[in-house]
Amino acid sequence: MRPVELSGSQVRAIRAHARATYPDECCGFLVVRAGEPDGAPRRVLAVERARNEFDGERRRRFVIRPEELLEVEGRLAGQERAVGGFYHSHPDHPAVPSEFDREHAWPWYSYLVLGITEKAAGPLGAFELDPDSGVFVPIPLVIPRTTDWSRGKRTPKSLLGEEGTP
Amino acid sequence: MTRTTVQIPTPLRAFAEGNAEVPVEGDTVDAVVRSLASRYPKLQKHLFTPGGELRNFVSVYLNDEDIRHLQRGATPTRDGDVVAIVPAIAGGASAAVSDAPLSRDQLVRYSRHLLLPEVGVAGQKKLLRSKVLVVGAGGLGSPTALYLAAAGVGEIGIVDFDAVDVSNLQRQVLYTTQDVGRPKLEVAKARLEGLNPALKVNLHNAPLRSSNAMEILRPYDVVVDGTDNFPTRYLVNDACVLLGKPNVYGSIYRFEGQASVFDARRGPCYRCLYPEPPPADLVPSCAEAGVFGILPGIVGIMQATETVKLLLDLGEPLIGRLLLFDALAMSFRELQLRKNPDCVLCSPKATQKGLIDYEQFCGVPTASAPRNAAGVPEITPEELRDELASADPPMLVDVRDPPEWEIAHLPTATLIPRGELPNRVSELTRARHVVVYCRSGQRSSQASRLLLDLGFQNVRNLKGGLLAWADHIDPSMPKY
Repeated sequence: MRPVELSGSQVRAIRAHARATYPDECCGFLVVRAGEPDGAPRRVLAVERARNEFDGERRRRFVIRPEELLEVEGRLAGQERAVGGFYHSHPDHPAVPSEFDREHAWPWYSYLVLGITEKAAGPLGAFELDPDSGVFVPIPLVIPRTTDWSRGKRTPKSLLGEEGTP
Repeated sequence: MTRTTVQIPTPLRAFAEGNAEVPVEGDTVDAVVRSLASRYPKLQKHLFTPGGELRNFVSVYLNDEDIRHLQRGATPTRDGDVVAIVPAIAGGASAAVSDAPLSRDQLVRYSRHLLLPEVGVAGQKKLLRSKVLVVGAGGLGSPTALYLAAAGVGEIGIVDFDAVDVSNLQRQVLYTTQDVGRPKLEVAKARLEGLNPALKVNLHNAPLRSSNAMEILRPYDVVVDGTDNFPTRYLVNDACVLLGKPNVYGSIYRFEGQASVFDARRGPCYRCLYPEPPPADLVPSCAEAGVFGILPGIVGIMQATETVKLLLDLGEPLIGRLLLFDALAMSFRELQLRKNPDCVLCSPKATQKGLIDYEQFCGVPTASAPRNAAGVPEITPEELRDELASADPPMLVDVRDPPEWEIAHLPTATLIPRGELPNRVSELTRARHVVVYCRSGQRSSQASRLLLDLGFQNVRNLKGGLLAWADHIDPSMPKY
């Protein structure tokens, strides 16, 4: 299980996406360096929006078409980057993977889940599938403390949820 | 034994000894994937269900084509083929609305469905979650919408913008005499909700156009074509192909009807059957040719049947088959339809990637289709004469066929028959501005649209074609 490291601006980008598609689920790619050894912490270099192509109730489901994944992977391959995982939102649901998420999960990828309500984006959870047991296990999410001198010190706590509750 | 290369996605490489590509032998895609899994047993559970079926979020591509668009697992392989396993990424919050049990009222209402093992509770729930768009609330749309509402389809969208006319009542069974004069959509909604109060009816009170079709069709699972004109029929087909949706087709003429299911992912599309519309003046409407009032009932109910079958994934859909019905003989015939390997829309050689101007494509006289901002820019013969005499004359492209060129053409023109245009656009890249012409302006307008869609900025169509040129500029030019 490898921890995922994400910048504050990447977290904000995921939240903005989730707000934009609310009450539908949003989904996107976590771009990482290609060929990192297994077990090393996974630093996210960029987050990229994907289209939710689920053909039905998008408030409860998302699907990224394989063609889009292939297209993004093809584009990243030339930059020594790769898709290392995915994020998606759970509108009006907690930031934990559902049984449906688990059934559809792939090993190796990191999965980020963002809870969001009409009022505010909530906390972000990070998970990975344990290939042996087929269970989603929480993984550490590292959001380095950044200092923004123009706006005072930003605390990691504020990144855990707009309502301040992790 | 056929030798192929299998590409393994990153998340599964750890189970295949770290390999990204593995040579595997097998005569079908299914054999290749199974052979791969037996070589690397740890891959088994990630690729197959305990029952041995390919898991539904595992996509398999043969040389960049999804095997679901080919013959699925049975697709034959050839030496050197590349079989790629691609993850379909899916997920979502757990408490799906559809997981709610059926209510007491629903159990009673749909009891005759629930008794059928092929439908059952799971099937009925599927119907209740489904969304169907009915294009046209006329002779075909009326019975289709009624039966879909009765069957428990959760959401029905209707596209229409007409009012009920007394001449409709001979066949459009959604309406009654007291509805005459009222908007069809308003009456249809009340009637369908009366039949099934849980039904959600979405009204699309506008003609379907290239500008709104994608947006209107997108949320629906199945589209039912109940239109009575060729421009809308091609539009519905093209939008369905582009959106990857099944199009349940029906049409009627006097005593004869046709039905099919066009799903380009699994078979031919309407354009594979009819690449070009018939000339506009040869197409009589119901109003002109008459129609046997019961006929749309039969065809519309066949469309409803196919729709529910598609939604429930039941039986053999009417894909790749055209059903012909003759009410006078009371006979059904079936024609096998094949996917056109050169289809401009749904073949690998497809040149059309978006919606076009269907009024023009079907040769509907421009008087009834006023130009709008989305139309092709035009140049009059007088303007063209002046521009040709100027210091910066446009490049002239004649898109007719060579025998027509022999009869007459403009002196500085280049002949590029319309069919060759997609492959010869490079000849136009140096031109600062282009004027396209044909005999009457119809074909050249389509050619202009193609060029505009390809990104050419300065393209105009000679209004009225050579016929207008002969009338206004050069009376010596032969008209044919």
